Amino acid sequence: MKKNIIQNLGFIALFLCILITLFFLGSIIYFITVRGFKVISWEFLTQGPRMGMTQGGIAPAIVGTFYLTLGAILFALPLGIACAIYLCEYSPKNFVVNLIRISINNLAGVPSVVFGLFGLAVFVKFFGFGVSILSGSLTLGILTLPLIISSAQEALSAVPQSIREASLSLGATRWETIKNIVLPTALPGILTGVILSIGRVAGETAPILFTATAFYTRGYPKSVFSEVMALPYHIYALMTEGIHPDKQTAIAYGCSLILLFMVLMISGVAIFIRQRQRSIYG
Amino acid sequence: MKEKLYKWIFTILAFASLIFLIGIVIVLFKEALPIFQKVKPLEFILGRAWYPTYSTPEFGILPLILASVWVTFGATLVCVPLGVGSALYLHELAGHKQRAILKPLIEILASIPSVVYGFFGMVILTSLLQNLFHLPTGLTALNASLVLGIMATPTVCSLADDALNYVPKSFREASFAVGANRWQTLTQVVIPAAGSGISTAIILGMSRAIGETMTVLMVAGGAAVIPHSFLEPVRPMTAAIAAEMGEAPMGGSHYHALFAIALILFLTTFIFNIIAEIISRRFRIKLGLSG
Amino acid sequence: MDNETKIKSENVDFFYGKTQALKNINLDIYKNQVTAIIGPSGCGKSTFIRLLNRMNELVPNTVLSGKISLDGLDIFDSSVDPVDIRRQVGMVFQKPNPFPKSIFDNISYGLKVNGIKDRSFIEERVEWSLKKAALWPEVKDRLHDSALKLSGGQQQRLCIARSLAVESKVILFDEPCASLDPISTAKIEELITELKKEYTIVIVTHNMQQAARVSDYTAFFLMGELIEFGKTQDIFTKPKDSKTEAYITGRFG
Repeated sequence: MKKNIIQNLGFIALFLCILITLFFLGSIIYFITVRGFKVISWEFLTQGPRMGMTQGGIAPAIVGTFYLTLGAILFALPLGIACAIYLCEYSPKNFVVNLIRISINNLAGVPSVVFGLFGLAVFVKFFGFGVSILSGSLTLGILTLPLIISSAQEALSAVPQSIREASLSLGATRWETIKNIVLPTALPGILTGVILSIGRVAGETAPILFTATAFYTRGYPKSVFSEVMALPYHIYALMTEGIHPDKQTAIAYGCSLILLFMVLMISGVAIFIRQRQRSIYG
Repeated sequence: MKEKLYKWIFTILAFASLIFLIGIVIVLFKEALPIFQKVKPLEFILGRAWYPTYSTPEFGILPLILASVWVTFGATLVCVPLGVGSALYLHELAGHKQRAILKPLIEILASIPSVVYGFFGMVILTSLLQNLFHLPTGLTALNASLVLGIMATPTVCSLADDALNYVPKSFREASFAVGANRWQTLTQVVIPAAGSGISTAIILGMSRAIGETMTVLMVAGGAAVIPHSFLEPVRPMTAAIAAEMGEAPMGGSHYHALFAIALILFLTTFIFNIIAEIISRRFRIKLGLSG
Repeated sequence: MDNETKIKSENVDFFYGKTQALKNINLDIYKNQVTAIIGPSGCGKSTFIRLLNRMNELVPNTVLSGKISLDGLDIFDSSVDPVDIRRQVGMVFQKPNPFPKSIFDNISYGLKVNGIKDRSFIEERVEWSLKKAALWPEVKDRLHDSALKLSGGQQQRLCIARSLAVESKVILFDEPCASLDPISTAKIEELITELKKEYTIVIVTHNMQQAARVSDYTAFFLMGELIEFGKTQDIFTKPKDSKTEAYITGRFG
């Protein structure tokens, strides 16, 4: 019958779609893994670059990425949880809440390079922090704030209302209820959001382009006001600056592999936890 | 009373997002405005010559805008069929086990950093395209569109899949009850019902594509000229900002011009997001879900 | 026998937004007696009971007029802290809602938030309240297990123990057996009969037989109004109002 032929063709097309998608994504991972693996060694992971970026390792970039990510989370986490607590526990159902929600959604959609410029104008110039871990972390923190807020919100909303009522009916105050009952119960969900944020922040380049990074630093950062090397920036810089394209490309493969591995591992853990959470609480 | 104090602390902190958003707007305007004293806004947007580093600089960003439009359009041509098609597969054809593996897998793949995509485009796609089309360089709008398109596909797929899942099962059952087969039900009942949700997915995918920086910086080519075909190098707005900000003297016209581009970029994605928000609200109301 | 009034509701009107949920309720809850509130769905019984410990304040956009007093003092007076009222007037909910903590911590939580820190006092109190709630023998060897592992009936008794631990003198039961099997229900009813010797109990129930079994006084609500109030025996054998009679004999409900 004609309609069944159409159905079969249609379904084949859909199958092709997902096949092509997975093929492309798979080939990215394949190429980077295969070519990057050749470059990875203990020295690669623990030493700094030598000989004009053609030998040695990328350890300072790994360290730089670590510091930037840590700083961003330290900034965004308390702020984000506080906002989520306000939205879930305290807010009256009026237009103020909608205003905040719209702001969060829009902040989430701002292009990363705009955050970079904001960081440049405000943290580097206006506050005078200069190109530094501090400026970079603050910029990345604002970038990841919406993600933390929405994960924390989802986690807090999943706590059943009946438990809050039970606590209040025993004579606990609103804050005591939040602190002792709601937050501990929501913790796994909030943690998921934090882990996802870490994965995202570690891979961001544009926000740190003008606020934190240098292609080469001597040794490791000495304070929050130092410039840093960072993995994602290093990949970009290796491919667009410097004078030894072949050797640098090889190193860039190594960097990409490490970054890719880190990010996929981190996101994998977070999404796995979230999947389990959702299936337990429905 | 301590309780009141806590409530006030949380209220103030909650406004942080709003404050940052407003802060971004203020900063963009403040740093962008000076260029409009030199160049009229219309000249700026429609001017065809972008030579900011010449001794008599010219600040027309039409080539940059068009480059962004072309690349985004190309990316959409890739990510919409692939993304929506994959979502339909997940929704309709994938068994429970397949779904349990594929859906999280695609979500995880959505987190691959853009610089890695850009790198891939540079090392693999460039020579491929160069040989395939006999081009002087493989760094072209096509390269950027392809890479950006693949990058946006998991996002579009996830969102479209969520939209499809919102459609109540009763619609499907009613369709089967009158003798339609699965394909007909899918194309004539489910997809139209999920239409707004899928539109939102596409708009958000496009918004992500137009705002993407590193990928286009690395593979689009960097020539700030008005594109005439996909096989030419181009310089989208984001790439211009990222590439040139390092060299623009602080406080100079070039600096302000770049901020102006950022302002336009911001307003564009802002509008996209508002549209997506409005559509998604109507979508939920239409399906009878709470706003 | 002269009954002392523990809670008195005078001319109480209550509105959700523009809808009037309670009209002119005048009701005395007597000390150390079990008062049942019966009536069809939507008649206002849960709404009313939630006024008695100011849980209605969790819902926005409501208006209350009239007076509710506990031991003679207006509980809605501006000088009164709702937190304090809720400690004195406890509540057991329709669906058991233990905290996702251990059995021990569920009970000690109420003590903690009311400022009690003495470890040995807390342990004593936990044991005491679990005994009073007829749960001690079943849990004494696993106090640090998660409360969520208990059965529905056990969880409900745990919730009762929670309220007992903070020394509420009044306990409000909002359809406590609605989600329990008949055996657990019987245990809870037995417990209520025991508890009334020392506590004042108000129980909302849609199960008339339960009201008849367990309560001393019964109030019949219909569409937000108190239709009739009196000794349970009288209400069920010789109701004064025809609507009461119609409800009791099952003509509607």
